[in-house]
Amino acid sequence: MNQTISEKILSQHAGKPVKAGDIAIVRVDGVMATDATAPFAIKAFRQMGGKKLWDSERVSLIIDHASPAPNETVANLHKLMRDFSEEMGCRLYDIGEGICHQLVVENAHVKPGDLFLGADSHTPTYGALNAFGIGVGSTDLAATMLTGKTWLKVPKTIKITLNGELKKGVTAKDLILFLVKELGVEGANYQAVEFTGETIKGMTLASRMAIANMSSEMGAKAGLVDPTGLDLWYPFEPTFADNDAEYVRELTFDVSALRPQIAKPHSPENVVAIDEVLGTKVQYAFIGSCTNTRLEDLHAAAQVLKGKKLTSTRLIIAPASKKVFNDALKDGTIQILSDAGATFITSGCGPCVGSHLGVPGDGEVVISSTNRNFQGRMGNPKAQVYLGSPAVVAASALAGEIVEPE
Amino acid sequence: MRKHLFPLSSFLNLETNSDMQTTTAHVYPVDNIDTDRIIPGKYTKTLDMSALASHVLEDLDPEFSKKVQQGDILVAGNNFGCGSSREQAPIALKAAGVSVVVAKTFARIFYRNAINIGLPVIEVEHHNIQSGDSISIDLEHGVVTNHTKNETYQATKMPQQMIDILNAGGLVNYLVKHGDYV
Repeated sequence: MNQTISEKILSQHAGKPVKAGDIAIVRVDGVMATDATAPFAIKAFRQMGGKKLWDSERVSLIIDHASPAPNETVANLHKLMRDFSEEMGCRLYDIGEGICHQLVVENAHVKPGDLFLGADSHTPTYGALNAFGIGVGSTDLAATMLTGKTWLKVPKTIKITLNGELKKGVTAKDLILFLVKELGVEGANYQAVEFTGETIKGMTLASRMAIANMSSEMGAKAGLVDPTGLDLWYPFEPTFADNDAEYVRELTFDVSALRPQIAKPHSPENVVAIDEVLGTKVQYAFIGSCTNTRLEDLHAAAQVLKGKKLTSTRLIIAPASKKVFNDALKDGTIQILSDAGATFITSGCGPCVGSHLGVPGDGEVVISSTNRNFQGRMGNPKAQVYLGSPAVVAASALAGEIVEPE
Repeated sequence: MRKHLFPLSSFLNLETNSDMQTTTAHVYPVDNIDTDRIIPGKYTKTLDMSALASHVLEDLDPEFSKKVQQGDILVAGNNFGCGSSREQAPIALKAAGVSVVVAKTFARIFYRNAINIGLPVIEVEHHNIQSGDSISIDLEHGVVTNHTKNETYQATKMPQQMIDILNAGGLVNYLVKHGDYV
């Protein structure tokens, strides 16, 4: 049938075969909006004449972007979401439950083969579990809350094959930073990306999520990871690309020699090998976001910080969800990190979006495990933000300058 | 041939029937103007449009929100609106008075959001527009006219589905009218 993963999933949801370039009206399996996007979506839903949701079981509202509320305006937006979910009977994840994309995956609101719409740009994260996740704005989401459908253009696909075993200390984050540099911030604009190859097939779900997540940093509509080796806690039917699928571009990389990668201010494509920025002084380190603050990320940080003590640099950690926090509590990871001097904050987006807590000061340099370092992203346009893997962030926090973990 | 009329006046809310209202261009020949620069995340947690308008593009040009007049056109480089899915970005531009955004290319979520809220956006790869030029836009034919320089530029054609949504004045009005995607 020479179909890409996108063409297969979207054909199923269009109820007819579709190919790249086609415009299709498709049914949607689930939607999600956050406190950054749900208030506008609720407003638009009402303006559309919405009285009830197309399927309240398939709608999740998640308070994670400015959580708990930092002021009365945000508090009232949160209240609007709580009131709406009560009225409509849809699911609400309140403060502290976690980051939207983590919750949607953890609670299996999205499953392999699904088409899922999230009113958040990192919705391509769900490509990690072989689902087509698209980031949309509030009005698009409202329309799906009403109709259970959306319209879209079936994207062309870029195929990226990654071969070779990553060196010790080199992670999925380093891989995706490298790829964002190679493709550029609009390298996949309007297109889908498929990630395949031996390097990918051995990866954990968390690592796959970090990769799919940052495909949005290339402008991708979806970032689909080859389901070979995908390990989930429920049975599923994987969707593979056909051998003769048509791609707009095919790239192959041997990543066995890849060094840890760092994105310099103020763009996630401004990526260099860590060697070029070693010794850069940092005042503030952050481990968080939908990219990198799952259990394996906290383990990587704890491995670096076990028995050590932070001195000059402050380290803030926002675990991806309450479940991640509890798991890390039970296995002793939280104790190690707390003993080292890390500050834990509410599970949620936290400093990544610059909406409330953890804003850097003028001229301060930040090393962060997040996905974007646009000017002003963390709430202060006069700060310099560098992006790296959780292990690099932890090691740099300890050293007070950018260093490679031992 | 089907004809798609885009009376610009309907987007500009002007009391005129002219299809070709000329307005002033504000040009920022910069690539990758992201949504954090269009409206920083710290200002987005509100449903108050005027509050958004007063901070639009402030990290790029602190004077922009004071300079822009109702109906003006914003001109930018490649990948305008990359980054977050925040609809507050096109809303802030529209609330500040911007009637059309012209860019070489747009990031996909911004492009969709703009159409959905009834802010026309148009991709023009080659042009010679400078700040202060008097511009008119014919969305029906995808043509941008620079009256100051007496030049015209060709734009990329939009998918029909988007034209239908724009013609309705945005996705809310489209769904009020049709009740479903058609």
